[in-house]
Amino acid sequence: MAGSRNISVSEDSRPVLPRHAKLKFDETRQVWVILAPERVLAPDEIAVEVLQLCDGVRSVADMIDVLAEKYAAERGAIATDVIAMLQDLADKGFLTQAREKTS
Amino acid sequence: MSPTLTDAGIAATELKPSDPKDGIAALERRGSTAETFGIPLAVLAELTHRCPLQCPYCSNPVELDRGGTELTTAEWKKVLSELAEIGVLQIHFSGGEPTARKDLVELVQHASDVGLYSNLITSAVLLTREKLAALADAGLCHVQISFQGNEPIVANRVAGLKNAHQKKLEVAKWTRELDLPLTVNAVMHRQNLFQLQDIIQMAVDLDADRLEVANVQYYGWALKNRAALMPTLEQIEETSRIVEEAEVRLKGVLAIDYVVPDYYALRPKKCMGGWGRQFFNISPAGKVLPCHAAESITGLEFESVRSNHSIAWIWQNSEAFNRYRGTGWMPEPCQSCEFKEIDFGGCRCQAFALTGDAGNTDPACTLSPLHEKIFKLAETEAAGDQNRFIYRNFAGGTPETDGDHGA
Repeated sequence: MAGSRNISVSEDSRPVLPRHAKLKFDETRQVWVILAPERVLAPDEIAVEVLQLCDGVRSVADMIDVLAEKYAAERGAIATDVIAMLQDLADKGFLTQAREKTS
Repeated sequence: MSPTLTDAGIAATELKPSDPKDGIAALERRGSTAETFGIPLAVLAELTHRCPLQCPYCSNPVELDRGGTELTTAEWKKVLSELAEIGVLQIHFSGGEPTARKDLVELVQHASDVGLYSNLITSAVLLTREKLAALADAGLCHVQISFQGNEPIVANRVAGLKNAHQKKLEVAKWTRELDLPLTVNAVMHRQNLFQLQDIIQMAVDLDADRLEVANVQYYGWALKNRAALMPTLEQIEETSRIVEEAEVRLKGVLAIDYVVPDYYALRPKKCMGGWGRQFFNISPAGKVLPCHAAESITGLEFESVRSNHSIAWIWQNSEAFNRYRGTGWMPEPCQSCEFKEIDFGGCRCQAFALTGDAGNTDPACTLSPLHEKIFKLAETEAAGDQNRFIYRNFAGGTPETDGDHGA
């Protein structure tokens, strides 16, 4: 898994949360949280929406299309923002690349 | 969407169970900072006090719970369900050595079933690859392995167990092969601090995600062994320098959490984020405790999950949790101190161990009338040549002898 750290996010990436990072709605506190080793993080609304699209199948390009359509925003601006956000999450260890199926 | 998206990502609120920042607890604020207590985000489940290691700084109480008093599988499952229901998010399976429980896989599976994020805090020496794989399949989210040094001579002597170090290295390797995130926990003291640089490299070589550099905290077993463990001030300064340098050098490779020894600090640690504010643990026999050392404070009655009370009731209403909540209990110099809602007067267990009254100011604080005396004692002990351990065991401790250091 050494290679999964320091991933570089591009439109071709198919990011997914690693098994040690779990996105979950906390019913008690009524907030979304990311559970990670020794930490609980509170992603904001937009981050939650983007993270929910990270299923390891969908490419970042597809995610940008979905969001650009939903918010009727200009694709270029959305792309810049989404990639920056995903890169930030990846740098913090909360995103990894879906593994290539070789068998 | 774009204007907000730019600022998105992980919001600034990072919620650490033991972090000075209050995170979710802040959402539940109802009075002063000291009076605030939401349901903890994380709970420590000490499944057993049994352990093949005999570390002289063990954080378990000197009076260990015997195997026969441990909660049953059914009782632990009920506890896990109840914790998830009241809003706890993470469970740390600890001990003693949690893998000494034959039902660990079943308990991890149950934690997963009720939606708890599970963390295994282990010495690793009882694990096989099959057992670790079964734990991973049961949904285990994270593994933390303790190391006593970076090579077998020091490490096995401190652990009081032959071949312990080799076994730990093996299990750490399996952990990463199984794609589980790994934290290396290194408890540091006078007799292994010279290895810190090598321990950091070992963590990198093991492909660990995190390293905890934890200086020994002196109560219970560690207090018995203080003269053999207390570092010198020079060692501590060197340690801080090494950690700071490594944090910069290894950014993005290895996250390092550093616990400073409070004997050499100016201000006391914000122990447990405040008594009964953010954390509780459950002892092998089912006592609900404000911290793992709390039973060392005599005269406090701790309620059990075996009582008729719910865990939430015990957390919110029991006498032991309420005793040191807020600031009303504080004596001087805490009472009029501007930091009283920042460090909450330090550590109750340490205050009890060193002053005989858990309600006193923690002597780690320079404002404590006892600070000077205790600091001088630490300095003297650190400079001394008392290097023999008293090993932790159910017999109340066994002194290390020539040629026989348990390993």
